[in-house]
Amino acid sequence: MRILRNRKTLSGVILLLLFVFLAVFGPTLAPYQPLAIVGKPWEGPSGSHWFGTTQEGYDVWSQFLNGARSILIISFLSGVIATVLSVIIGVAAGYFGGLADNFLSMLANIFLVLPALPFLIVINSYLPAGNKASTALMAAIISLTGWAWGARVLRSQTLSLRKRDFVDAAGISGERAWRIIGFEIVPNLVPVIASSFLFTTLYAMGTYVALTFVGAVDVNAPWSWGSMLFWAQADQAAASGAWVWFAAPGVAVALLGTSLALLNFGIDEFINPRLRAAGLSRKGLRAVGVTRRHTLGLTPVVRPAADAVVVSPAEIIEETV
Amino acid sequence: MYVLARRLAFYAVTAYVAVSVNFFLPHMMPGDPVETMIASAGGQLDQRSVEALKAQFGVDTGQSLWAQYWHYWGQLLQGNLGISISKYPSTVSQTIGAALWWTVILVGTATVISFILGTAIGAIVGWRRGSVLDNLLPAATFFQAIPYFFLATVLLYLFAEKWHVFPNADFKSYDTNNYVIGLNPGFIGSAVQHAILPALTIVLASVAGWIVGMRNMMVTTMDEDYVLVAQAKGLPKRRVIWYAARNAVLPSISSFANALSFVVAGSLLTELVFSYQGIGSLLLNAVQSEDYPLIQGIFLIITFAVLAANLLADTVYVLLDPRTRQEG
Repeated sequence: MRILRNRKTLSGVILLLLFVFLAVFGPTLAPYQPLAIVGKPWEGPSGSHWFGTTQEGYDVWSQFLNGARSILIISFLSGVIATVLSVIIGVAAGYFGGLADNFLSMLANIFLVLPALPFLIVINSYLPAGNKASTALMAAIISLTGWAWGARVLRSQTLSLRKRDFVDAAGISGERAWRIIGFEIVPNLVPVIASSFLFTTLYAMGTYVALTFVGAVDVNAPWSWGSMLFWAQADQAAASGAWVWFAAPGVAVALLGTSLALLNFGIDEFINPRLRAAGLSRKGLRAVGVTRRHTLGLTPVVRPAADAVVVSPAEIIEETV
Repeated sequence: MYVLARRLAFYAVTAYVAVSVNFFLPHMMPGDPVETMIASAGGQLDQRSVEALKAQFGVDTGQSLWAQYWHYWGQLLQGNLGISISKYPSTVSQTIGAALWWTVILVGTATVISFILGTAIGAIVGWRRGSVLDNLLPAATFFQAIPYFFLATVLLYLFAEKWHVFPNADFKSYDTNNYVIGLNPGFIGSAVQHAILPALTIVLASVAGWIVGMRNMMVTTMDEDYVLVAQAKGLPKRRVIWYAARNAVLPSISSFANALSFVVAGSLLTELVFSYQGIGSLLLNAVQSEDYPLIQGIFLIITFAVLAANLLADTVYVLLDPRTRQEG
């Protein structure tokens, strides 16, 4: 895995694995239920309650451990649904062109311009109370507003791929359209799809937390870091000195987002060699024998010079900051 | 001009879709929104308002869905968005009108500041690629991932609760006890003082996106031949950066639409944290009190505002990029 040699990507992967661990084992490790009265109101952090207690005497540490699972499930599920949608719509629009392209591009642009969060709040406010707690439904609704960006990127990539010789060759040799799309075009789009998936997952996470914070979804079921933020805000945790109550879920959400963004950075540099070279540190460049001054119009390119030690590309990327 | 006309047509279609969705959504959902509203209003509504609500949501009117749809359009074009349940007997238009300007001024100013600041920083970081300034990027990424409302809570806690630099506890749009809205120095001073923290939140949370976008575009633009020529001619460095930056900024402006949606979402939540009496707080109150006409009205107003901002960005783009003005 060459991509893992990138330090940014690696730290993203490690962070993300940490959150997956928290999502899988968190509820088991939590000493109490998130909504069980186990202490006095507003207790400070102590041995029995690591993160203190809430206004109602709930254990904040247990709330925190229970908060990861639903966020991760909903974000990834939503990312998967939206990515599938964007691949189907984007590739179809780019490959078939014509009227279909016009219609699908317009649809994508409309969804890009519509303010997503108010739109989701409107949809959620009409949902009957029983449906608001459904994880799958929530993921589906969020993905409704998350596919358009990926579809637009994939469409433009497909447009440029469609003109390549190998696609022409496949067409001339009589391959059917679905086979050309599935075996010639989509495999070449994998890095773009991966990047779009991460972006959409990040979007879904932020949106789900925001929807919970607003109270547009069922706040207590499923329990999440959004629920903690909602109650911390409602009970004025900051004014009462219980800053861990809102700081813990807030930092966790921000770090989860950072891990996804770091992974995305890695993929971006993987796709765009110019960014990769720009990201090379002085040390990394010296290691491969490139002396770089503050030059313009020159992307530092790694060439095995006659007198320099030949270093494998993997090691160069490893030195990338 | 052809470009602008086409964009205008697109925004008209988008507005049409938004209005239609707004109308059809309550009709597609299970349950009866009118029943819920009458129940939550707790007998406050008189017979006439109940009739008006039933007419608005097409309950027991005997009209076809199609006739209701056209009726809805007719009402909308007259500026009639129905009556608000939670702010009864105010109409939705009055309620929104009172809150709208707070949000437009706050979010508008903060967004412009954030865009200019982020683009400038991004241009410099991109210019000095590979230097220590690149370390800004991971920090920017982290700030990008912080939810707006969390940043808002932290700022409120630090600046208002702890250090008392800004008014605390019941943070509002201005000091309601001592001043009245109007063109007097006391009110304006108070309003500005109350707007600094929310604006700071929006700027801090959104600036990272502009920095990263501009930096990446700058790195790509600097490899273009015209930048090299400008440098080779011996132009002062500031001029060369300016040439590169002017070209690199174009994608930032065209991705404005995408970014604006995030800024709007974040600002709504920031208002909630600061109890800022704009559209965001209004929307959240409406959600909590199941005030459907108000929710619908706010959604429409936000959509129209976003479309208007996009049109503005498109106009700027056409002014900046001569290629779009060419015929054919």
